[in-house]
Amino acid sequence: MSSDYEYSDDEEYNEYDDDEEAMDVEDGSTSSEEDVEMDVYDDDIKVVSEARKAYEVDYRPLTHQQVKDLMVADIEYISTIFGVGSDVAALLLRHMDWNKDRLTEKYMDDAFSISIAAGISPVPKPSHSGPDRSKRVTRSSKSSKKIEQATISEPFLCPVCFDDTATDTLGLSCGHIFCTGCWAMYTVSKIRDEGEHRVLCMAENCGVVALNPFVHKVLSDDEDTCARYDELLVRNYVACNKNLKYCPFPSCDRSVSCPTASSRSALSTIVPTVSCGADPKHKFCFGCSIDGDHRPVLCVVARMWLKKCRDDSETANWIKSNTKECSKCQSTIEKNGGCNHMTCKKCKYEFCWVCMGPWAEHGTAWYSCNRYDDKSGVEARDAQSKSRASLERYLHYYNRWANHEQSAKLSVELYMKTEKKMEEMQLTTDLTWIEVQFMKKAVDIVENCRTTLKWTYAMAYYLENGNQKAMFEDNQRDLERAVEDLSELLEQPIESETIPVLRQKVTDKSVYVQKRNEILLEDTAKGYLEERWKWNVVVDDL
Amino acid sequence: MSVVYSRRLKKELQEIQIEQADPAKRAAGIQLLQAEDLKTWYFSIEVLGESLYKNEVFHLMVRFDPEYPFKSPAVQFVVSDKVKPPVHPHVYTNGHICASILGDDWSPTLSVMAICITIQSMLASCKKKELPEGNDDYVRTAPDNPKKTRFVYHGDSV
Ligand SMILES: [Zn+2]
Ligand SMILES: [Zn+2]
Ligand SMILES: [Zn+2]
Ligand SMILES: [Zn+2]
Ligand SMILES: [Zn+2]
Ligand SMILES: [Zn+2]
Ligand SMILES: [Zn+2]
Repeated sequence: MSSDYEYSDDEEYNEYDDDEEAMDVEDGSTSSEEDVEMDVYDDDIKVVSEARKAYEVDYRPLTHQQVKDLMVADIEYISTIFGVGSDVAALLLRHMDWNKDRLTEKYMDDAFSISIAAGISPVPKPSHSGPDRSKRVTRSSKSSKKIEQATISEPFLCPVCFDDTATDTLGLSCGHIFCTGCWAMYTVSKIRDEGEHRVLCMAENCGVVALNPFVHKVLSDDEDTCARYDELLVRNYVACNKNLKYCPFPSCDRSVSCPTASSRSALSTIVPTVSCGADPKHKFCFGCSIDGDHRPVLCVVARMWLKKCRDDSETANWIKSNTKECSKCQSTIEKNGGCNHMTCKKCKYEFCWVCMGPWAEHGTAWYSCNRYDDKSGVEARDAQSKSRASLERYLHYYNRWANHEQSAKLSVELYMKTEKKMEEMQLTTDLTWIEVQFMKKAVDIVENCRTTLKWTYAMAYYLENGNQKAMFEDNQRDLERAVEDLSELLEQPIESETIPVLRQKVTDKSVYVQKRNEILLEDTAKGYLEERWKWNVVVDDL
Repeated sequence: MSVVYSRRLKKELQEIQIEQADPAKRAAGIQLLQAEDLKTWYFSIEVLGESLYKNEVFHLMVRFDPEYPFKSPAVQFVVSDKVKPPVHPHVYTNGHICASILGDDWSPTLSVMAICITIQSMLASCKKKELPEGNDDYVRTAPDNPKKTRFVYHGDSV
């Protein structure tokens, strides 16, 4: 294996050199894992990087064709060592959930039995003895009433549709013959309606499975269903392969290979955020089904938090509202941007949307909007005040969690308006396209970092109090403050004269925000490896 | 309605009617009650001889999927003022039946009569009259059409 793909920003990553691809397939015949581990990708899929960040995992985005190639390589491997055709090899692999080692073991042990179990050969006619233990429903009774089996002698009567004029007939290795029309309708219904790639013989109790060429022959002029069938096979291959995962974004057919995150135990120290490479938005977690990036919090903790939020959704619903009352003059204030620095229109009181505290104190070291003061919980003695304290504690974290999510959305919405203005400005002034792009980049950064911040609150909710948590919250506070500052800059009125200055400020702040984000992610990731993070709940569902 | 659907059901109906007219051929205890169209048929079922369901008569409703016989029909016991479903570990009180022949083990070469006979023998071999586990939960949330339920077929003992 020598093909290390190198990507640069402007390169289309799906266009591999044909030669390289062909080589991959040949080499891949040894093992797909090896194939994958050799190619190291950085998170943003820019370059093969040796100095990987602790919060990033090695993975490889794969196009549909590349996954197919891996599948074909596995089939060819089995086909060669067993000395069977590739269609038979494919069916054997599907039967064993694509586990080559277990298949090889079983095949060497008893090739005949596994061929029957996989549906390649029919069950040999029994010299009937003993009960049929493989079937759940009484089979014996109904055989007397089943529709009579076709006899191969003329005239042929299809036992499914009772057509005695059909001339085109087909059957699998079991010898059960049906008319081609029935085969086609049956196969289409299996594939399209049931999403089933195992097309069994239509005869009652017959376990023989149609090989690929048979399915394609039956579907001859139905290209849509053929394509669906091929996709089901690839999907099955990916589903059975621990190292592979489909991109969860709708109608995306790419996948990702990430062997480092394939074991459950790995997920106790890493958060495997990956991207299929089709679009920067196609980011997902390889370890769980949460879409998007849930760093820095572990999959299992993230799941716990989401479950808690679902269970407590009623209590917390009011928080999501977009309006609050000014704590000075009680007039209603609506939030319509991502920035949490609010100024009451009426009394000019400046406050923080999240904690409603005075904004002036937010920049100072003693004020911590992000930290929860556990005093009331410590003091609580009776059950009622204890439960009130625990609700208050939860709401502190939930409030901030929900607010970052909402603010990220609002920032993006607000940017849409800004973008129009910028485009107009580009036409009326001598600013270049590139020069008006800095806002877009900054909004992306804000959105990204608010996602990090959002999940830091899920993490902090479950972190045990102490020095480690305090340090975590320092990083959280620094990132939060930086993000709020950048957010605020993005809401400045834009005039063509002020753009150069604004641009400089936004660019500087963006760099700083990204640095803070990296520091936080790097430190949490290292903390997992060093087992620094202690939880206040049992986290063992790994 | 496809040609296969109607030819196939007409043929099945014809065979059933011939059998019903001939006591020698008829499946004892199973009777076609109504088959006015090719969409829904009704049967009465009883277990003759010694069984837990002696002297009980049940009604089965069979609704055909447009893709019959490639898809199994929806089969359930009728629940009304006059007839009740059997108390059986694989029969819910809403009439839904948990039997693999109606799902995973359906094959296009099976027939409506084969289903009736399977269900009759499911009753005949019953050792204890009891409701399925989780009956109340299932009935509360069950879809109208039992075919929309993914049953986990219970054991081999049917
Ligand atoms: Zn036919
Ligand atoms: Zn067969
Ligand atoms: Zn994707
Ligand atoms: Zn995850
Ligand atoms: Zn005010
Ligand atoms: Zn502001
Ligand atoms: Zn605050």
